[in-house]
Amino acid sequence: MQRHLISAADLSRDDAVLILDTAEEMARVADRPIKKLPTLRGRTVVNLFFEDSTRTRISFEAAEKRLSADVINFSAKGSSVSKGESLKDTAQTLEAMGVDAVVIRHGASGAPYRLATSGWIDAAVINAGDGTHQHPTQALLDAFTMRRRLVGRDTGLGQDLAGRRVTIVGDVLHSRVARSNVDLLHTLGAEVTLVAPPTLLPVGVESWPCAVSYDLDSTLPKSDAVMMLRVQRERMNAAFFPTEREYSRRYGLDGDRMAKLPEHAIVMHPGPMVRGMEITAEVADSDRCTAVEQVANGVSIRMAVLYLLLGGNEPAAAPIRTEEK
Amino acid sequence: MSKILIRGAKVLGGEPQDVLIDGETIAEVGTGLSAEGAEVIEADGKVLLPGLVDLHTHLREPGREDSETVLTGTRAAASGGYTAVFAMANTFPVADTAGVVEQVWRLGKEHGYCDVQPIGAVTVGLEGRKLAELGAMHESAAGVTVFSDDGKCVDDAVIMRRALEYVKAFDGVVAQHAQEPRLTEGAQMNEGVVSAELGLGGWPAVAEESIIARDVLLAEHVGSRVHICHLSTAGSVEIVRWAKSRGIRVTAEVTPHHLLLTDELVRTYDPVYKVNPPLRTQRDVMALREALADGTIDIVATDHAPHPHEDKDCEWAAAAMGMVGLETALSVVQETMVDTGLLDWAGVADRMSAKPARIGGATGHGRPVSAGEPANLTLVDTAYRGQVDPAGFASRSRNTPYQGRELPGRVTHTWLRGKATLVDGKLT
Repeated sequence: MQRHLISAADLSRDDAVLILDTAEEMARVADRPIKKLPTLRGRTVVNLFFEDSTRTRISFEAAEKRLSADVINFSAKGSSVSKGESLKDTAQTLEAMGVDAVVIRHGASGAPYRLATSGWIDAAVINAGDGTHQHPTQALLDAFTMRRRLVGRDTGLGQDLAGRRVTIVGDVLHSRVARSNVDLLHTLGAEVTLVAPPTLLPVGVESWPCAVSYDLDSTLPKSDAVMMLRVQRERMNAAFFPTEREYSRRYGLDGDRMAKLPEHAIVMHPGPMVRGMEITAEVADSDRCTAVEQVANGVSIRMAVLYLLLGGNEPAAAPIRTEEK
Repeated sequence: MSKILIRGAKVLGGEPQDVLIDGETIAEVGTGLSAEGAEVIEADGKVLLPGLVDLHTHLREPGREDSETVLTGTRAAASGGYTAVFAMANTFPVADTAGVVEQVWRLGKEHGYCDVQPIGAVTVGLEGRKLAELGAMHESAAGVTVFSDDGKCVDDAVIMRRALEYVKAFDGVVAQHAQEPRLTEGAQMNEGVVSAELGLGGWPAVAEESIIARDVLLAEHVGSRVHICHLSTAGSVEIVRWAKSRGIRVTAEVTPHHLLLTDELVRTYDPVYKVNPPLRTQRDVMALREALADGTIDIVATDHAPHPHEDKDCEWAAAAMGMVGLETALSVVQETMVDTGLLDWAGVADRMSAKPARIGGATGHGRPVSAGEPANLTLVDTAYRGQVDPAGFASRSRNTPYQGRELPGRVTHTWLRGKATLVDGKLT
């Protein structure tokens, strides 16, 4: 494992499988009466959020607390950042207070990479989403969810996603979730197809390790998992698509379209869902939709990442494996 | 007046010769010249060029003296072998009146490190709406003939047309920063494979090429000349080549960094590589080199753009665009054009001195190295190779993309009208 987690592309197949396997161990902690491990006792983790994201921040916070870390939440709003303090000064200020890891969410692509490589701080850096670049823990929790559902909770241990067909639908251009998933799923052996109107695919997508289609209906029957990305309504004002209704008709997932999926296929969504836009309520609330499960898995994945980056030398999680076996 | 004998210099890279400077002019060029009464500089096989001329420099004064001043910028110019620089208009206040251009021109004259020829803004406040008093700037002591809203594109086709027409009255030239603004909203880097991966807003080549295509057609229609700033794409080269073949009066410049660096460097997210227009692809780099060699691109201009440290020591999106270039330009041109065999030293003198002087109307600069000409000269140790160390820069700013990179060539001496501004690599 590397010292930081900046991009899903930095993970080897073995790294990724180790994280998924570790997350399965962590998930079992959630089933215990006391949902807590002592692994990161005495370690301090700061959640440095320059962008509002209650969901991701809470997920990281839950993971940190279950590992007994001391948690500091820093939100840019109302802080010195809103008075013009730079990323560098903010980070150095926090590190001076004795922080072992920084979980950073930032609106600028590359901000976590910069934090990890510029020599500003020594702490481990975990990317919790940067601009339209990467969101590696989201990709990991998605892969975790797919492995559980498509391969199996126990049979999946040690396995990757070789040969699984994953379709990602929506605003790929502005999506860090899509970029991270393409990278990680490719590493794990899955076959990825992106489906979007051409306006919402980046120039240069042809170099990505995936297929691209403009036609959702022909792709669905060949999918083991279909991941719907959030599409912001404002995009239509910049002429990315004509109207919300036209987007829904061509690229939204409704009951009829869901019926075209193979029996075993799952519907995924990173949240927050825009019901009536990219996904109908019927689909969102169906048994095939894993959106809520993904949230629960997010905590396990983030525990695994924190454990492996910060406490990997200690056998803290090992006893669980022994117990379960 | 004092005499200087430069002994054994390869004039424009040719056979070693002696060059005798008497006062402000070159008195004699030949072999075995008498050193009597002259200070002798042993050139020892170094290459002697006419003093370099930069058609595109940001001196930042007035307004951003924290990043550069006329004094520090012209010292940087002398260090890099330049004897004349054209100072861009995007200062605070904008150089859109006779008063501001005269101030910059006077400062250059007072400091005496190199001639400063101000460029006037095309439109008031660089806002692209109303023509600035171009005639007044031309008639001022600064004698402005080059006009540019550099940093911003004159995107309104009617304003561009009128500016091109209007400056014909005094043989002025409009230097266009070709960037279609709507296509580059939120642009952070070249749009392509790398931007797709990095999730940074794309600056598509077509945003440059569409403006160049429009402007060469406008120039043809109204019979004016137009100059294209920092041309950066292979497509732009094709358009300029086509325009020249039609007899359109277009000239174009390329920056040293666009001759060497590509957008692959942006993978570091280090804003030292953030520049406008952005670093492009290897294919573009090769097309630009070829175009500079065959004359499609007329000149090398630095787009020397100093920024204070804090404007680069941050995340990519928050960083300022631009790189310093005066002190590394000749080395980069040697690396990319001379050492590759694309251009000889006479060609370098043409692209970095004679032609920029001609385009900008800088009389007394870019002249042949021969008797009777002004002694604006640069002596280059072309055998030198060394790492770029920004700590040694004369510029107030350090935002160079070449820190630690090994580059060939070192300017050892610069003379401005016979007066040494740089001796043995040290400013006088």
